[in-house]
Amino acid sequence: MTVTAIASKEVHVDDEGFLTEYDEWDEKLAVELARNIGIDEMTDAHRATINFLRSDYAEQGTTATLRRVSTVGQIPTKQLFALFPKKPAKKMAYVAGLPKPVGCV
Amino acid sequence: MTTVEAATPIVPDFGDDAADRKIAFICSKGNLDMAYPALIMASGALGEGVETHIFFTFWGMDMINKDTVDNLQFTMLGNTAMHMPGSEKHLPQGLGGLPGMTGFATRMLKKQIADLDVPEVPEFLTMLHDMGAHLWACQMSVDMMGLDKDDLIDEVEDIINVSEFIEVSDGAQIIFV
Repeated sequence: MTVTAIASKEVHVDDEGFLTEYDEWDEKLAVELARNIGIDEMTDAHRATINFLRSDYAEQGTTATLRRVSTVGQIPTKQLFALFPKKPAKKMAYVAGLPKPVGCV
Repeated sequence: MTTVEAATPIVPDFGDDAADRKIAFICSKGNLDMAYPALIMASGALGEGVETHIFFTFWGMDMINKDTVDNLQFTMLGNTAMHMPGSEKHLPQGLGGLPGMTGFATRMLKKQIADLDVPEVPEFLTMLHDMGAHLWACQMSVDMMGLDKDDLIDEVEDIINVSEFIEVSDGAQIIFV
C-alpha cells in the first residue's frame, strides 16, 4: 500500500497510481487527478461521467466498462473518447478514484 | 499493513506520448463464433487508443452485408472440439447435422454472449465505428458476390482492393481471422 500526496491531500494508491480507497475521493481531488493526466478543465460532461462511474461502482462493486457507461449511463461512446482521449475507460476510472475496469467489452 | 510514503505523486502512465500503434484485423469468416474474436480484440485495441482497421473479405462479408449481419449462425459441424457450455462432455459433431441443431446452437451461443453484456454483431459494429474503427470491404468479394456499397452497413467506410488495404495497414500489426 502506497500513500501519495495529490493536491496536498494524502491518498492511498496502487502501484500504477489508481486510488484504492473509495472514500478518499472528492470532487476537488478529481480536478487534480484530471489535471495529472492532461485534462485541464473538468466540464459538466466530465463530472456527469465520473458521477455515473462512482454511483455504478457503489452498486456493482466493479468499475463500469465503456459499453456499460454508454448503455446504462446513457453517455455516447463518441463523447467518452472526446472527454477522455485515447484510453477513456482507464482515464475515467482514474479521475473517478476507482480501479481500472476488468471487463473486455 | 505497511504504508510507503511516495516522495513524488504517483500518476499512471497512459502512454499518451508513446509512438502511435496500429492494428489491422482481417475477417474472412461468416460464422457467428468466428465473427466475435476480431470484434472483441478490436474493441480492446480501440479502448487502448490504438488505431484500428478491420478488412472484411470472403465469408467475412456476411458480417457487414445488411441481408446477413442479423442472422449469422453457429454450427457444430466441423467443430471437433464441440461440447456443451459448462460441461466437458464431448458432443459428436455429427449431431450438428440433425434438423434444427444449428438454430439451437446459435440461440445458445447468443444467450451466452448476451449474459456477458456483449452486444450482438450489428450493434457491436456500430459501437466499434463510434470508437473510431475503420471498417473496409474487400473489392474482389463485393464483385464476386454481386454487391455494392448500398448492400453494406453504413459503418463501412469504403470498398477497397488489396493494394489499398496494404497501404492503409502500413505499419500495422495484422491479425487474420
